[in-house]
This record gives sequence, C-alpha cells and structure tokens, in this order.
Amino acid sequence: MIDQFVIPLLKIVIVLNATLVAVSYMVLLERKVIAWAQSRLGPMRVGPYGILQPVADAVKLMIKEDITPVRADRWVFTAAPIISMVPALIVYAVIPFGPKVSLFGRQVSLSITDVNVGLLYVVSVASVGVYGIILAGYASNSKYPLLASLRASAQLISYEVAVTLTLVSVVLMAGTLSMVSIVDAQYNGRVWFAFVQPVAFVVFFIGALAETNRAPFDMPEAEQELTGGFHTEYSGMRFALFFLAEYANVIVASSVATTLFLGGWLRPFPNVAMLRFLGFIPSWTWFLIKSFVFLYIFIWVRATLPRYRYDQLMRLGWKVLIPLAIANLVVTGIVKVLLS
Amino acid sequence: MFDTNELVLNMGPQHPSTHGVLRVVLRLDGEKVVDSDVVIGYLHRGIEKLSENRNWTQIILLTDRMDYVAAAINNVGYCETVEKLMSLEVPRRARYVRTILCELQRIASHCLWVGTHAMDIGAMTVFLYAFRERELILDLFEEFCGARLTYNSMRIGGLPLDIPPGWDKKVLEFCKIMDSKIDEYEELLTHNRIWLERTRGIGVISGPHAVALGLSGPPLRGSGVPRDVRKDEPYAAYDEMQFDVPIGLAGDTYDRYLVRMEEFRQSLRIIRQGTEGIPEGPIVGKVPRLIKPPAGETYHAIESPKGELGYFIVSDGKSTNPYRFRVRPPSFCNLQGLRTLIKGHLIADVVALIGSLDVVLGEVDR
Repeated sequence: MIDQFVIPLLKIVIVLNATLVAVSYMVLLERKVIAWAQSRLGPMRVGPYGILQPVADAVKLMIKEDITPVRADRWVFTAAPIISMVPALIVYAVIPFGPKVSLFGRQVSLSITDVNVGLLYVVSVASVGVYGIILAGYASNSKYPLLASLRASAQLISYEVAVTLTLVSVVLMAGTLSMVSIVDAQYNGRVWFAFVQPVAFVVFFIGALAETNRAPFDMPEAEQELTGGFHTEYSGMRFALFFLAEYANVIVASSVATTLFLGGWLRPFPNVAMLRFLGFIPSWTWFLIKSFVFLYIFIWVRATLPRYRYDQLMRLGWKVLIPLAIANLVVTGIVKVLLS
Repeated sequence: MFDTNELVLNMGPQHPSTHGVLRVVLRLDGEKVVDSDVVIGYLHRGIEKLSENRNWTQIILLTDRMDYVAAAINNVGYCETVEKLMSLEVPRRARYVRTILCELQRIASHCLWVGTHAMDIGAMTVFLYAFRERELILDLFEEFCGARLTYNSMRIGGLPLDIPPGWDKKVLEFCKIMDSKIDEYEELLTHNRIWLERTRGIGVISGPHAVALGLSGPPLRGSGVPRDVRKDEPYAAYDEMQFDVPIGLAGDTYDRYLVRMEEFRQSLRIIRQGTEGIPEGPIVGKVPRLIKPPAGETYHAIESPKGELGYFIVSDGKSTNPYRFRVRPPSFCNLQGLRTLIKGHLIADVVALIGSLDVVLGEVDR
C-alpha cells in the first residue's frame, strides 16, 4: 500500500513542486547571469539581490488581465498553453535523480518511475509540446504568431530527427532504453558516454538548443522580427505558461543530457577508489551540479551569440547535424559489432 | 482582394526593430519579401516650416531634434551654413572644438548603431556594451554644455562657451578606453560565424547603383565609393586632420558594418589630433548683435554619422528669420534604398537591413 501509492504520490508532489520552483528560479538565474555578462546587476529590488523576483513576477502575471482576441479560436486558444506546459512537466516522471537510497528504513529509488522504455517516453512526450506552439499560432488568428508557429513546427520537427538519432547511438552503447540502466551502464563501462560518444554529445547539445527554442535558434520567438512570436497575443497567466514551458524544457534537456552523457548521479570517476571520500556528497547533488552546468551553458550561449536565420538553421539541421548523427550511429554500430 | 499566394504583413510603426516609427508593408511569399512599401511620416513635426518663424539663433535648438542621436553634428551643420551665408570668419579654436565634438558625436551615434544592429540580429550583449561607452561620451557632453541628448551646443560664429578646464584630458582618457572597447565589439561580432552568415551577401548594392539611389555615408562607402564630405569638401578643422576614409568592396551588410567599425578608429584618431592641437584664442568670431544674413541662398553639407547632411537656406535680407529652410537628411535619402535592398530577402534580413542603413526617424520625418 505505502510502496504502491503513498511513496509515488509523495515523489510526484515533491518533483512537481521542485520543478516549478526550479523553473521560476531558472528565469532569475538567466536574468542574473546575462546581466553579469553585460556588466549590469540584473534584478536587485525584490528581496536581497533580487532573490524574490520570481515571486513578484508570478504575482504580477496572475493579476494581469487575461485577454482573448475576439477573432481567436477560443477553445484552441485556451488549450494551447496547457498542451505546451503539461508535456514539459510529465517528462520528469522517468528522470532519475539518484540510485536507490534507504530512507526511514525503506528502499526508495530517486526517480518517480523507471519504465523500460524511459528514453522513448522522453522523446515522445517532449515532442507533444510542439502542438502547443502550432495551435497557439493558429488560434491567435494573427499574422506574426502564424509565421512564428510555422517556423517553430518546422524547426522542432527537423531537429528532433537529429536529436533522436544521437539518442539511438547512446542506446546502442547502453543496450537499454531505461534511464536508470543507462546510468548503470556508464558505471559498469567506467566512463561517461560523453567521452565515448563526443559527436553524439555535441549534436545532442546543439539539437537541444534548437528544440528548446533557445538562442541562437530562438527563431519562433525572434522578438526583433516577429514581435514576440507565437505568444504575441497571449497575456497574463497563459503567457506565463508558455514562458514556464520553455524553461521547463530547458531543464528537461539539461537533465536528459546529464543522464545520458554525463553519468547522471554518478560522482566523477565513479570507479576510482581514491576518490571514494567524495561519497559523503549525496548522489542527487552530483546530478543537480551537472544539470546546472548545462543550464549555465544554455544561458551563456544566449548572452554571446547572434541569431541564425530561419533557412540557415534548417540547412544546419538537415545538411550538417542529421548526416553527422547518422554517420555516428553507423560507426557506433560497426565498432560495437567488431568489439563483441 | 489580395492575391491568395501572398501574405501582406504590416511591420510597424509599432515594432521593436524598426528603430522608431518606420512602417514597412511587406508582401510575403512564405517568408520571402516579394515587394514592400516603406511608409514614413509618423514623426513629422514640421521643423522646416517652424524654422521660418524663428530667428536664426533659435533654429539651432530645432536642429537638435532632427537626428537626436547626433545633435551636435546637426548644430555644426546649421551654424556653418549660416556662417557661409553671412561670410563669417570662425576662430580656429572654435573650429577645433567643433571637430572634436563632431567626432565624439560620431562615435556615440555609431555606438548606438552597432548596439541596435547587433540586437536586431540577436546578439544582445553588444547593445549593452555599446551603451556603456556611449554613456561616457554623454558625460563629456554634459560637462561641456550641460545637456546629454539635445545639446544646443553651437552658436553662429563659434561656440556658446569655452571648454571646461581639464576637459581635453578627459577626452584623451576616453579615447584610451574606447580603443580596447572597439576590439571588444569586434571580438563578439567580426569573425563570429553566425554574424558572417547573417550579414555576408545580404542587401548587396553596387557602387553606381548606390549613387543612383542617392545613398551617402557608410552605405555608400560600403559599396566602394570613397565619398566623404570631411575629405572632399573639408569644413570645421578637418583640412588640418590626418585620417583615412574606409571603403568596402562587396557592398553588403557586412561591408557596411566593417566600414563603420573602422570609422570608430578614424574618429578616435581625429579626436586625438584635435585635442592635442587645440589652439588658444577666442571662441566666437565677429558676429553682429542682430543676425540678419544678406539676401541670397546657400547650400552647405557636412558628414553626419548617417551620411551627407545638407542645409539649404534662403534669406530675404530683411527679416530676422529664414525665408526658406530645407534640410537634406541622410537618413531620408538612405531609406530610399530600403525597398531595393530588401527585395528577395527574408523577413529576418529586413530588420538586419534597416539596421545596416542606420536610419533615425526623427531625421527622416523632421
């Protein structure tokens, strides 16, 4: 009874809340890091060093007037932000934050569930989010959002091919689709997959930037061209849902990258006995640190680079990343066969 | 009704990248611009007509409001035109200070340009870096004349007041800071792969075509035409300064960018020469108490950061205000080229090209 219902429910509540807090603080982190990169201070007014800014933002967005354009498709307009937000949150169901640990005399695994098709689940759920963007652009009945959502769908679909192909090469290495087993495979293999699959790692990272609509691939919401992109017509909490979904997706991408390529919760050099003293740090801390590194790079890239043009981005995706990913997959397969 | 294959998109006048209140009506085939219509006039204040009812000194203040990011250059252009009409002699010291102010202003204007241009293409950090340095220039102007944007910093026949003590040292100090900052911008942009892809081969215009369209300033020099009013028809103290006129080869957005980046350096060179060589002497020439130019007309052009800024003034010789006051604003003439430039490009290039022409709508509409 407890193992079947109470613990999973508790885990869901904790992960969901932690994610939402993480997402809102990710926004603050981004504003702060970019501000430092640009020799500014960033938010400083709400709380010491602006740490209560996310709270103020949430309150502001909630009390804003919620406008639905007269000519919008009301139902789709309402559904779009939800369709965009929900997949970003439920992906966390399979992300392992740590191995089994004993809590109050019980063996508890630090993931909500460990399904044997975990990676497939991540890929398929994450790709549902694009419907939110397409529907938002269509339902707004306005030209800029329409253009932006057309760009978004083309971009997301083409980059998903490249990203998924890199995931296949990881699966070839690990021999499993379960997220927990992939981490275990890195422990048994004595090396993080980022080092044996550098090409897949790089392609995955670039693809992740594009899939989460982040700079330099933030085409769908290119503020300077399309005045805000697909969410131009949205206001208040509905806009906030799109906004949060974007950051939730960034965190998902970082977590998946950590799990697949940087050994998840494993400490550095997990098999070197000399570093065993690092064991006093809880495993989930390593996971958070590694994810944080990814998040930081996401922000750093945004502060540094200009934006690609839409056609250049598609060219990069189809002519560079996808062939690279396929070649990497073929080579991985051949090497794997030759070694076994 | 509209052709079903084309989408008519109204860009502006409220749009984050049209640099003010420019409106561009685009006819799109997918994301490709088939044709466009540039609509101006949203910032028209009737400065030319207003000037006919102001006396000659009051007009200086109106010229501030045209190209509001380079107000001092507008002042200089106007004052020199009136001086030309009245055949006034301007003391050498005043001419030197005018040159220094003009070049400081050119750097400030180019800072704003590099920031917004990069921002349009998505690199937002450059924007804040450039504004940081622009602030230093505004501080220098504040110390000189008390204002930070609309300076009213010239008088017919010379300067309203002498430079404050120690100001020239601060200018030299600024030059030292600026040297390294230009490298910083270039590091972020010049060899950046994405920047190259976004600007190379975008909006190519050949030299003769640019001349035919009436472009001037960096957009003209980017196409390889070495036309610079400072060199060709020297005014203020430019005939005593050593500087080069950078020109581009390809005539695309990237070359226009490179030309302006080099102009930063040349401006610093001029400021250094000017500041080190400021002669002693009066700051105002022999100006009659009542300014009343003889009957006649004159045209005088100077090189503003945007291009050739010309003033055409007619005086009837009887009243204390101009009979006709006409400005040739470089932004207005450069904007003529926009329609030709954006044809066949994508929406993303439209904002890049508006940025690369560096228009200020206050000057376009007047």
